[in-house]
Amino acid sequence: MKTRDWRAAVIALGGILAVTGLAMATLYAPEEKTMGDAQRIFYLHVPSAWIGFLAFGVVFVSSIAYLATRRRAFDLAAAASTEVGVVFTTLAIASGAVWGRYAWGTWWSWDPRLTTTFMLWFIYVVSLMVRAYGGTGNQPSKFAAVLGIVGFLDIPLIHLSVVWWRSLHPLPVVVRPEGFGSGLHPAMLQTLLVNLAAFTLLYVALFSIRRAQMTAMDALVTRRDESYQPAGVDLPAASLEVR
Amino acid sequence: MTAIRLLVWKDLVLELRTKEILTAMAVFSMLVAVVFGFAFSPSPDDAVRLLPGMLWVTLVFAATMGLSRSFVLEREQECLEGLRLFPIDRSAIYIGKALANLVFLFAVEVLLLPALAAISGVSLLPRLFPLLAVLVLGTIGLVAVGTLFSAMSVHTRIREVLLPVLMLPLAAPVLISGTKAMQGLLAGRLWADVLPGIRILGAFDVIFGVIGYLVFEYVLEE
Repeated sequence: MKTRDWRAAVIALGGILAVTGLAMATLYAPEEKTMGDAQRIFYLHVPSAWIGFLAFGVVFVSSIAYLATRRRAFDLAAAASTEVGVVFTTLAIASGAVWGRYAWGTWWSWDPRLTTTFMLWFIYVVSLMVRAYGGTGNQPSKFAAVLGIVGFLDIPLIHLSVVWWRSLHPLPVVVRPEGFGSGLHPAMLQTLLVNLAAFTLLYVALFSIRRAQMTAMDALVTRRDESYQPAGVDLPAASLEVR
Repeated sequence: MTAIRLLVWKDLVLELRTKEILTAMAVFSMLVAVVFGFAFSPSPDDAVRLLPGMLWVTLVFAATMGLSRSFVLEREQECLEGLRLFPIDRSAIYIGKALANLVFLFAVEVLLLPALAAISGVSLLPRLFPLLAVLVLGTIGLVAVGTLFSAMSVHTRIREVLLPVLMLPLAAPVLISGTKAMQGLLAGRLWADVLPGIRILGAFDVIFGVIGYLVFEYVLEE
């Protein structure tokens, strides 16, 4: 029950931070000069995108670890992180489109970061497809791991090629050469950081809950297959193996 | 080395006897080119801008089609089982299959390039060698990821459907850089202007050639 305790603590802390972050985003942070209140979506958009990329970093590392060690735990970590990552990337793209509608006057533009994020989203949706329809035994896991590695390495190349193609997205305002957060009003930066922390805790909580669910599902399948013994038939050992 | 040569030889002989993949790819790519002609009916000025995109989209479609056959053939009559039992490094199978696929795709391009130029009325001759360099680099990239994904998708339940959805997002750098570099060349830009695209294509080939070589054995296992 120890694990449930830390997860509950993470969820509680994340919840408090999320409410605080939302209050800060609407009440505390100053109104932006040119975009007005529409800019407040920034506090939702940036953390979602950050979690999207973080999740896929976790997928990349777990995929390598899985192929190297063949331990099911790494595969489950990759699977859980892919799912959570797809959700947050979807949120980032959707919130970005709404913001873009007000800031740029268009829902979508073929800007490098938008395009890269969109392609990233596609790659991991396909990875979910591979897991759902993949072959027999542990093949889906291996294929998804291969895709987790190839897809992650593809992202910089997609980004470079789109940068070479065109650019419109605002320049980074948080991490820049003039110093951390120098492009933002201090209150805006504080709000953003609180929201980033809240989203990160949310990711940790969702990720560990989903992974625990998958582990439990695995254990359940193993139990069911162990107890499945047709009367009078001697099953060869291979047919008892679980994927 | 001999093993790789044998593997390529096997695929080429098989193809020369049946001519299944090449005929299908060639006819299909011509049809797509003609359909593009209907869809855009480009004026000569537009054609210079549209031709590279038409070429790369056609190529990706044709490659997906040919590549999906590549491992379906191995699956029939347990050929893949035989290859797996072959006492060589599994990665050699990747190189062998990739080289054979590369030959097929080059053969299609030899037909497709003049056909597209004729249909759209764009003269490729003045910048032929730079254009060919872009084409070759991009084709290597398509085959590098395509061979890996073809081996993957053949084991899945939805193989014909899965390969295109794997190929298109992953081959995006090839599509973007290849198209943009060719557009630059056809518009008479300097070599230096298209160099970034060529670098991306080169990096793509190297990275995914190496990754394909390294992870292929995991894809081939039962």
